[in-house]
Amino acid sequence: MSLQNNMRRSPYLFSFLFLTLALLLSIAIGSVFISPAEIWRSLTGHGAETSFAILWKIRLPRTVLVLLTGAGLGISGASYQGLFRNPLADPYLIGVASGAALGAVIAMSIPWQYSFLGLLIVPLAAFITALLTVAVVYTIARIGHTVPTTNLILAGVAVSSFATSLTSFLMLRSTDDMRRALGWLLGGSIQNGWTSIWAILPFIAVGVGFLLASGHALNLLQFGDDQAQQLGLNVTRTRTTILIAASLVTATAVSFSGIIGFVGLVVPHLMRMWVGGDYRRLLSLSLISGATALLIADVISRVVLAPQEIPVGIVTALTGAPFFLWVLRRSKNQGYW
Amino acid sequence: MLKIDRLSVFYGERQILHDIQLEVHSGEIVALIGPNGAGKSTLIRSVSGVIPIRDGRIFVDEKNVTALSTMERARHISVVPQAVSMPPAFTVWETVLLGRTPYLNFLGQTSAKDEAMARQALEQADVLHLIEKRMDEISGGEQQRVLLARTLAQDTPILLMDEPTTHLDLSHQIDLLKLITKHAREKNLTVLIALHDLNLAAMFADRIAIVQNGLLCVAGTPQETLTSEIIHSVYQVPVHILSHPQTGAPLIIPGIGE
Repeated sequence: MSLQNNMRRSPYLFSFLFLTLALLLSIAIGSVFISPAEIWRSLTGHGAETSFAILWKIRLPRTVLVLLTGAGLGISGASYQGLFRNPLADPYLIGVASGAALGAVIAMSIPWQYSFLGLLIVPLAAFITALLTVAVVYTIARIGHTVPTTNLILAGVAVSSFATSLTSFLMLRSTDDMRRALGWLLGGSIQNGWTSIWAILPFIAVGVGFLLASGHALNLLQFGDDQAQQLGLNVTRTRTTILIAASLVTATAVSFSGIIGFVGLVVPHLMRMWVGGDYRRLLSLSLISGATALLIADVISRVVLAPQEIPVGIVTALTGAPFFLWVLRRSKNQGYW
Repeated sequence: MLKIDRLSVFYGERQILHDIQLEVHSGEIVALIGPNGAGKSTLIRSVSGVIPIRDGRIFVDEKNVTALSTMERARHISVVPQAVSMPPAFTVWETVLLGRTPYLNFLGQTSAKDEAMARQALEQADVLHLIEKRMDEISGGEQQRVLLARTLAQDTPILLMDEPTTHLDLSHQIDLLKLITKHAREKNLTVLIALHDLNLAAMFADRIAIVQNGLLCVAGTPQETLTSEIIHSVYQVPVHILSHPQTGAPLIIPGIGE
C-alpha cells in the first residue's frame, strides 16, 4: 500500500527507475551475458576487449535505437489519443504507421547509394506518406465540421489495409532478400550501428519537442473544440501542429524499427490509470515509459528463442492485443479511460 | 456591455442568423428564448467566436472583439457550456484551472495568482469541497457548477451560456440560476443566456430576447415579451399567462386547445 502511494506521488522518480532497470537489462542480456560490473568497467575504459566491442558495436546502439523508438511511439500514441479524444486511438488504428511503412518501403526499393543521406531519405519518405495518410483518413472521416471517432477509426482501418497491400506488393516485387524486409516490417530493427541513431535523432527530437510543449493544448481539446476555442486556444492551428509532430515521430520510428503495434496504445493507457488525465504529465511519462516497455519487449524477443531472435513487433502484439481487448471490454461499462 | 451589431451567420449558402441587433448592459441578465432550431445556439456560438460571422460586428465596452485573436477574445467573453461528455479523468481542480488559459503562456504554466483566482471561483460556485474529485465522480449538477467556476476563473466582463440548465433537475436548475444572478449583480457582469424554460427565463432575466427563424423578433422585459399573443405566434401553442405569486413575474402555462 505504501509503495502504491509512493508511486502515485512521484511518478517521474519511479518511471525513471523502471527505465534504468530496463536499460541495464537490455545492455546486459543477449547471446553473451555481460554483468553490470563488467558494463561499468567497459564504460569507464577498464573492461575486457570482447565485452567492450559487444557493448559499443552491438548492445548500446541497439539499446539506444529501441529507446528512441519506444519513446517516440509512447508519446505519439498519447498525442493521437488526446487529439482524437479517444483512448483507443493509436498510430496503427488510424493508419499512420502503415502509411509511413509504405513510404519507407518505396524509399528502400529505390537503390540509393549507401550513405548517410540515403538513410535520411527513408524517414523523410515515411513522413510524407504518413501525412498523406492522415490527410486522406481525416478527409474521409470528416462530416461537416466534426470528425466522429468511429468514422476516423474505420477510415483508418480501410486506408491502412490499402497501404499495407501496396507495401506487400512492392516487397514481393523486389528481388532483394525478402525475409529481411519482412522481418523489418514486423518490427525487427535494421542493424546499422550508430548510423541509424544519428539519422533518427533529429526527427525524433524535433517532433518530441513540439509534442512535449502541447500538453496544455491537449488538455483544452479534451473538452471539445468549441470549449477549447472559447478558453482561448487557436484550435485549427494547434490541431495541425500536433498532428504533424506526432506523424513525424511515428514515421521516424516506423522507418527504423518497422511496425511495432500497441506500444502507443498500451503505455499511455497505463499512464492515464497511474496519474490521471493531465496531458502535461501524460505526454512526458508516455515518452519515458514507452522506452521502458519497448526495451523490455526487445529483451524478451532476444531470449525466448535464443540464440534466435524474434521480431519485437510479435512480442508487443502478443501482449498488447489482449490488453486492447481488456480495455475495450472495460470501457463498455465504465466509459473510456 | 455587450453590443451585437447587425450580425449575420451562414452555414454554407444557408443563412442562419439575419441582422441580429442586441445590446446587453453591464449587470443585466438577458435570456434568449425561441423554438428549437431558431438560432439560439448559433447566436451564442458566433458571439463566442466559434462560428465565423459573415457580416456584423460585436463590441465589448466599445471595443470591437471580432478583430481580436482567439486568446484576446477569451479575455473579454467566456461561455458556460452544457456539462455533457466531460473528460472523465480530469479533476475538478485541473478543470477549473483551465479557465485561466487566456492569461497563460502556451505551456499553460499557472502562477500563484492564477491558482488563487481558480480557488476563489470554486468557492463562488460552491464546489470548493469537490476540488480533488474526478469529473466522473460528481453529479451532473455539480459538473455544471464546476463549469461555471471555470468561467468565473476566466474573469471576463461578458458571460454567455447555452442552456446550462437543460440536463439538471429542478432544484439544481434554480440553484444554478440563483448563483449566476448573484454573481452577475455583485461583479456587474453582462450575461446572455439561452434558455428553454420560459418560466425560468421569466423568473431570472431582466429582459428577454426572442429568436425565431434566425431573426430577433422581440426584446423587452418579461411582462412585455411573454404575452400569450407573442408566445402563441412564436411557439404555435396556445398559452395562459398567470402571475408568479411571490415575484409577479409572468407564469406561462400551455393551454390544451379547444
